[in-house]
Amino acid sequence: MPSRGWADEVHQELTAGGVRVVGYVPDAGHKRLIERCHADRKMRVVPLTTEEEGIGLAAGAWLGGERSVLLMQSSGVGNIINVLGMVQVCRFPLVMVVTMRGEAGEFNPWQVPMGEATARVLEAMGVTVRRVDAAEQIAPLARQSLRSAFEENSSQAILVAQRVIGIKSFQEQRSQ
Amino acid sequence: MTLHRRDVVARLLEKRGALLLVAGLGSTAWDITAAGDSDLSFPLWGAMGQAAMIGLGLALAQPKRRVLVITGDGEMLLGLGALATIGVQQPPNLALVVIDNERYGETGMQATHTAHGVDLAAVAKACGFRSSRTFRYRKDIAKLRGDIHRRTGPLFAAIKVMEETLPLVLPPHDGVMLKTRFRRALLGNVRERGTKVPPQTPS
Repeated sequence: MPSRGWADEVHQELTAGGVRVVGYVPDAGHKRLIERCHADRKMRVVPLTTEEEGIGLAAGAWLGGERSVLLMQSSGVGNIINVLGMVQVCRFPLVMVVTMRGEAGEFNPWQVPMGEATARVLEAMGVTVRRVDAAEQIAPLARQSLRSAFEENSSQAILVAQRVIGIKSFQEQRSQ
Repeated sequence: MTLHRRDVVARLLEKRGALLLVAGLGSTAWDITAAGDSDLSFPLWGAMGQAAMIGLGLALAQPKRRVLVITGDGEMLLGLGALATIGVQQPPNLALVVIDNERYGETGMQATHTAHGVDLAAVAKACGFRSSRTFRYRKDIAKLRGDIHRRTGPLFAAIKVMEETLPLVLPPHDGVMLKTRFRRALLGNVRERGTKVPPQTPS
């Protein structure tokens, strides 16, 4: 399974970075990482009904002294725009790992508009966006993003290119 | 409806002790400020729909402290999914109180869905809140205050209040200041790296 390696590495970085709260709306590309976090007794994993809830969760956890991370796919970025205003005004630390849809190899054309706008939307709301195109780059970038967010009170998004996830059909997505 | 929102909120916050408080934007932020500003209050000026989730994050991070969210019916309706998310997490230390005037108070008193019979307490109950009720009378508020401090949560209460236009009592609006004062009061001297240091003993 192509995603297993990076997911385990990112889980290690989250642990090393002191992340205790993980919010997510699932994506097939995050399946392994979500499972690793659920299996980790030191992490409180919170499935969300919408990505927007993850921003509130992260803000509340930080007010209470805990570090968190938010996992989602690129379509979810459209659901968090307004509440990123709070993140910017309050300088809440925020780390999002976003798996991309709507890129080369996309099998669902309805994913394309949000996928194409994801980075611009985040940047418009003051989030630092870093894109990775290779699995081995994800964990080092996660480490850097955690440090930047929690030591400098900044908001960071890691966009994982769709070709890293490598899903090209609904059938593949189900069997991920 | 006979209850006055400022009176209700002031009574809920009597002797609040170590209670951690989040208030939704608009009228409930003014209500908690009218009752007395505190470093351990986090009034929102935006992020509509997220008050309950901020309360959840705080409750998970601080399992030994009681967390109260006070918000309005319009704010709650905007983030109704949070009730389901909280129901799944079952935080025993979280209470969510909706001050329900059945109106969008800051935008011209338009009717919210609760004016048309949408029952927030029933929604919360269906989502798995351990206790969920609608209150209409002043005599119930003291007991609710006790439950907020002691009863195993998650607890939900909708309090039906009169439609009133009241003087604005505005909290500080500098977001960084609100965040920093809250963390400092709760966590003590937070190191620059953001790691937790032993919390202050509640007074």
